[in-house]
Amino acid sequence: MGSLKFAAIALLLASPALAQSYGVGRTPTPDELRAMDISIGPTGDELPVGHGSAKEGAIIFQAKGCAGCHGKAGAGAMAPELQSNKGQDLPVWERGRGKSGWMILPLTAPYATIVWDYIHRGMPLGKEGSLTADEVYSLTAYLLFLNKVIPEDQVLDKESLPKVKMPMASDDYGRLPDWKHGAPRLAGYNH
Amino acid sequence: MGSKRTSRRELLKSGAAAAGGLAVLGQTPASAQTSQFGTPLHDTMPNMPMSGTTPTGTPMIKGTKELVEYGQRSHFVTSMRMAHPMGGRPSPDMFGKTFHVAAPLQDSVGVVTPSSLHYFATTRGAFVPDIDPKQHTLTIHGVVDRPITFTMEDLKRLPSVTRLHFIECAGNRHNARHKNVQESHGMTSCAEWTGVPLSTLLKECGLKSSATWFVAEGAEEVKGASSMPIAKAMDDCLVAYGMNGEAVRPQNGYPLRLMVPGYEGIFHTKWLRRIKVVDRYYMNYNDYGHLEKTSKEAALAFQIGPKSVITAPSGGQQLPGKGFYEISGLAWSGGGAIRAVEVSTDGGKKWNRAQIKGTPQRMAHTRFGYGWNWDGNETEIVSRCTDEIGQVQPTREEVAKYWNVPFDRNYRVPGLDNSVMPWRIARDGSVTNGLA
Repeated sequence: MGSLKFAAIALLLASPALAQSYGVGRTPTPDELRAMDISIGPTGDELPVGHGSAKEGAIIFQAKGCAGCHGKAGAGAMAPELQSNKGQDLPVWERGRGKSGWMILPLTAPYATIVWDYIHRGMPLGKEGSLTADEVYSLTAYLLFLNKVIPEDQVLDKESLPKVKMPMASDDYGRLPDWKHGAPRLAGYNH
Repeated sequence: MGSKRTSRRELLKSGAAAAGGLAVLGQTPASAQTSQFGTPLHDTMPNMPMSGTTPTGTPMIKGTKELVEYGQRSHFVTSMRMAHPMGGRPSPDMFGKTFHVAAPLQDSVGVVTPSSLHYFATTRGAFVPDIDPKQHTLTIHGVVDRPITFTMEDLKRLPSVTRLHFIECAGNRHNARHKNVQESHGMTSCAEWTGVPLSTLLKECGLKSSATWFVAEGAEEVKGASSMPIAKAMDDCLVAYGMNGEAVRPQNGYPLRLMVPGYEGIFHTKWLRRIKVVDRYYMNYNDYGHLEKTSKEAALAFQIGPKSVITAPSGGQQLPGKGFYEISGLAWSGGGAIRAVEVSTDGGKKWNRAQIKGTPQRMAHTRFGYGWNWDGNETEIVSRCTDEIGQVQPTREEVAKYWNVPFDRNYRVPGLDNSVMPWRIARDGSVTNGLA
């Protein structure tokens, strides 16, 4: 009996197919998954082919109407600021938030891939998802250049974008303690 | 039109005659009279105007096809949601976009927020997606053995669970300017949610050992995405299609929303279409609002701490005079069920154990009550709660002390503000914001 039980457990562990108990749903095709997968992680594995620089991005920023909401150079209009207008000599955390209180993403993101994902997913207002990969690379480069993260002539692509060193990257930023059932949200914080 | 009036008159006449006959003559109703009264009633009801009059004078509501098919509250009940915050962005705006909309907690009874009054928010002011459930699918992929696409029909075949859960927006921060509890605390609500445990779906897909996070994505214009730890997914997350006994409302994510019990509202991904299982924190779209300087501070922006508020008497209400009142309120926590609620009627000097109504559920609004005799003097009432893991709702001073920063009136509680909320009661019985 004992050995039988052991054999059953061993079989379960060895064969993931047995874990599928309901058999409901269908397997999406690789093409379907590629088309819907717009989540770009810090390693940039999901980034599409394409490239762009700040120079191209500056033109697209005007042409696509970004400047209309965000201001001519990413500040001074009604939408959240994209460029810190506080002195460059200030520590980065002190100039990381705009007047509205929102994070200035191209300055504060721990990874440049986050900026790419944000623009591609959510911009421009009312025409979300309409930008080509080249346009998103260019706009990302332009915003990073405005915040003095990269030089104006740097070309961003699938390889170079994840390697951009963001000014706020640190061992503690963009990380979280492990979540555990029934534990306080922060050890030692009883509130 | 004419025939309607005639038939109503006939009905009232026969009704009045029947009632008058009984009252004046003191007769037991003869069977002929009963049937004479009964028959025309059935015949004439469909033609009655909206509000008729019974023999005793109570206005009556005429049944309509619409009222029979889908009920309506009394027109005497006028409790309403409103755009949040006051003086902020309008909802709806001139284009028909909605942003943040708060629930009227001052009128709430029990713990369930009616779906029509449940708070809701969109990421940046948006139209609400109008999704055909026959076309809608949920795809789970990433670091799994088998990616799977589920139709709504597929999901409804799987074993379901039904649970009460609150949702609360991170913007639910009370300040001195708020006039009432809808303005100060209205960005939270509690409903009964029905759906499939996310753990069931993830087990169907088979998690690879590198699976540590997942990204949930909605079908709205920005494809709003949030990253969460996989441990939370396997613990108690729910892919919900039911809300308060019917389908989830469009404003709350129809046909499918993710429930992440106890986490800030934005994680409860609406119009859920995709879950990507990943090997690290992705920080996509919605996550940037949760990026904080240190991991300690960032940790406070996921799970919500213990929080409570008195909903009656609360700001803007009026006590008619001294005497007995049951102080009533809501308590909730992202850490589990509410274990205890205390109420102070002297501005926090003495705390009294409140009565908890019913059995507290995990990560659900819990109703409490405290019987109080108001002596007519000016005072301040305030509540605080303790959850099942022993977390206690703090004052702002206590939070500032923990973080070792100086406290002043503008102190901002990190994470979702779960500090206590005082209401001031003046000698004339008016109730106002105790922070003001």
